[in-house]
Amino acid sequence: MYRPDGTPRSGYTSLHQSLARLTGEELRTRVETLARTYVDQGVTFDLGGEERPFPLDVVPRIITAAEWGVVERGVAQRVKALEAFLADAYGARASVAAGVIPLRLLLSSAHFHRAAAGIEPANGVRVHVAGIDLVRDSEGEFRVLEDNVRVPSGVSYVLENRNSVSQVLPEAFSAEPIRPVGEYPFRLLNALRAAAPEGRSDPTVVVLTPGIFNSAYFEHALLARTMGVELVEGSDLLCHDGSLFMRTTRGERRVDVVYRRIDDEFLDPVTFRADSVLGCPGLLTAARAGRVTLANAVGNGVADDKLVYTYVPDLIRYFLGEEPILPNVDTWRLEEPDVREQVLDRLDELVVKPVDGSGGKGIVIGPDASHAELDELRSRLVADPRGWIAQPVVALSTVPTVIDDHLAPRHVDLRPFAVNSGEEVWVLPGGLTRVALPEGQLVVNSSQGGGSKDTWVLGDRDAPPTMPMRAPRTAHAQPMAEPDVNPDDSRGHQQQQQQQINPGRSEC
Amino acid sequence: MLSRIAESLFWIGRYLERADGTARILDVQLRLLLEDPWLDEDASCRALLSVMGHPVDAARVDPVDGREMLELLAQSDAPSSIVSSLAAARENARRAREVVSTEMWESLNTTRNEVVAGRWRSRSPYRLFAWVRDRVAVVTGIVDATMSRDQAWHFLVLGRYLERADMTARLIAAQDARGGSGAGWPLVLRSCGAFEAFLRTYGAAASEDRAAEFLLLDRLFPRSVVHALLEADACLAQLSTDEAYSAARLVGRDDARRLLGRARTELEYRPLAEVYADLGTHMDRVQRVCSAASDAVAQRFFPGGKATAWVREHS
Repeated sequence: MYRPDGTPRSGYTSLHQSLARLTGEELRTRVETLARTYVDQGVTFDLGGEERPFPLDVVPRIITAAEWGVVERGVAQRVKALEAFLADAYGARASVAAGVIPLRLLLSSAHFHRAAAGIEPANGVRVHVAGIDLVRDSEGEFRVLEDNVRVPSGVSYVLENRNSVSQVLPEAFSAEPIRPVGEYPFRLLNALRAAAPEGRSDPTVVVLTPGIFNSAYFEHALLARTMGVELVEGSDLLCHDGSLFMRTTRGERRVDVVYRRIDDEFLDPVTFRADSVLGCPGLLTAARAGRVTLANAVGNGVADDKLVYTYVPDLIRYFLGEEPILPNVDTWRLEEPDVREQVLDRLDELVVKPVDGSGGKGIVIGPDASHAELDELRSRLVADPRGWIAQPVVALSTVPTVIDDHLAPRHVDLRPFAVNSGEEVWVLPGGLTRVALPEGQLVVNSSQGGGSKDTWVLGDRDAPPTMPMRAPRTAHAQPMAEPDVNPDDSRGHQQQQQQQINPGRSEC
Repeated sequence: MLSRIAESLFWIGRYLERADGTARILDVQLRLLLEDPWLDEDASCRALLSVMGHPVDAARVDPVDGREMLELLAQSDAPSSIVSSLAAARENARRAREVVSTEMWESLNTTRNEVVAGRWRSRSPYRLFAWVRDRVAVVTGIVDATMSRDQAWHFLVLGRYLERADMTARLIAAQDARGGSGAGWPLVLRSCGAFEAFLRTYGAAASEDRAAEFLLLDRLFPRSVVHALLEADACLAQLSTDEAYSAARLVGRDDARRLLGRARTELEYRPLAEVYADLGTHMDRVQRVCSAASDAVAQRFFPGGKATAWVREHS
């Protein structure tokens, strides 16, 4: 938020003024109101079977229009390249033949599913929704930390954070043109409808949730609610005659598009885990027959494998013929023997991540780890070099955050969300800013004590967004009449006056 | 029952609904001012004030801001402000104290005590709006749970639905007059709790004229104009049963019912495109009809409202 000389960075000026006007007492009141809002609204995530409010910090994170332009183009570029890569990986494998990516790498990915081969997405889209995690390094440049093209979550917090912060910090809002985030559900629904099997003029879309015990259940319900579609569980669905149906009070109703928020492995016990009760038997068969579209597509995990990630810049060049707009974080591939030796020597200064993990699981941060942990890690790396990558510790940027009544710098990352309708990759202006609340902590995941911030992308006040605008119709407006009042109300006053003139009367 | 008591009950219904409706209308406007950076604050506040019956002098140069609008419509002594409406509802209940249940009276009384204390001035307007909606819901709940379904109840509910038709018409007119990006319609729906109901009926891809259609014409959604007009009509039908010219035979003998029925059929059987093309005028008509129906109800059921004046006899 601040320049090295202590003045607010561009974009933060008016927020800084609004905050500076608040006393410590007022700040505390705002923080309490905000916390209560989330408890009242039930904006929670499930941690170990307990519903907890997702900590939301009152100070927003601001991204200027120019900075956002880079992120927006970079994220869209990345999603397009990953789409092309997935189509290729489950199709002709031209990129393998061209030597851009080794075949061994594809086939050894934990999320490469043979079952996905032969499922042709109706409008060519496999990544309907993507969440690309970005960090800002010490030079102020955004870099991609990881791609999420399976079931990225967190967008509900983007929507809810905006609602809540606008109520708690209204004065800061009126000062800056902040690009709205509310159109996300419309964009998502449009993309899902566009992905319906051919010939369905009015497709039925559903959101498939694992149920109320899932940590992101709140989000599933919010998306279904704001899109106006059914939120279904596996037991609400059944497949027969090659199609998918849901059980309703008016009989079975065919389902055309499933926005599924459960992992590949649980989707269909016939194809994947036989013990899964979350999915629906026959779902994959229906998808392969082109009777139902799964969003996101099965097998996408191969594209967010962290070892494949190291090839994404090359994939962008190969498939799109463009230079990557957003660079990767430097990453070492441990399969190359001499690289591995270097990494093993420097384990205590690096971050090591499992290639198929998400949510900060399994990450070892060298400087924070004990000797025993590092030794254990070393033997695991040697045993399974394909399973791990190593990165330098990135000095994440910080944003002021309320910690015990005052503001202190805390590390943040950013997850912008992209929706691919087949015609365009739209990037939600904003995204989820996660903040690591413990001091110095670099892992920002909510399962590790992370909170979030509202993310403001500044717009250009003189250049409104693409939505059609209509001028206010003040000209035609014959003012409406003022609401009627009970004529008796004023008679009451008369009565009262007369009674006061003649006080004895009331005692008669 | 006494005409005077009936009149008080009718107005309790109207004032409560007015406080609720005004809170919802203001809520949308203030949220839009925050969330839509491209909305012209001055023009949209003028448009709203005009819709609420407080037009700003066109010659006035200095801009109207959200704060001024809020003060006038929520907290001032103007007869239709939220604060005045809640106070007036309580005064009317005091006049009809003997037919109003104690629970209901206390609820109205505590509500009015809170607003008159002026405590709300320093708090967030959103909390004021939420509180007003809550209080009105509590009173409404008590009315429905404790009052016999006799004439008294029908008068109160008649007032409620007449005012609701009026308020929803103003809410729609306000959105129409405001212009902007069309981003306002979801907020308008949200402000009357209709967002989920609307999405389940039409889906999120529905256009803004669908939102107007829903709030105007949906017979099942309890805040729509048509639903409110139907309910008001049903109350009037109940109130007429003991008349010599039974409502079952001749609806048109009842001025209020004729007015409401005609307004409703005008809306329901006119092509939506025509109504939508000129929403402001149509909403203005709904508002006038509600006012005229209210007068007709007063003439028929609450006669003798005028204070008697004695005239000296000519010798």
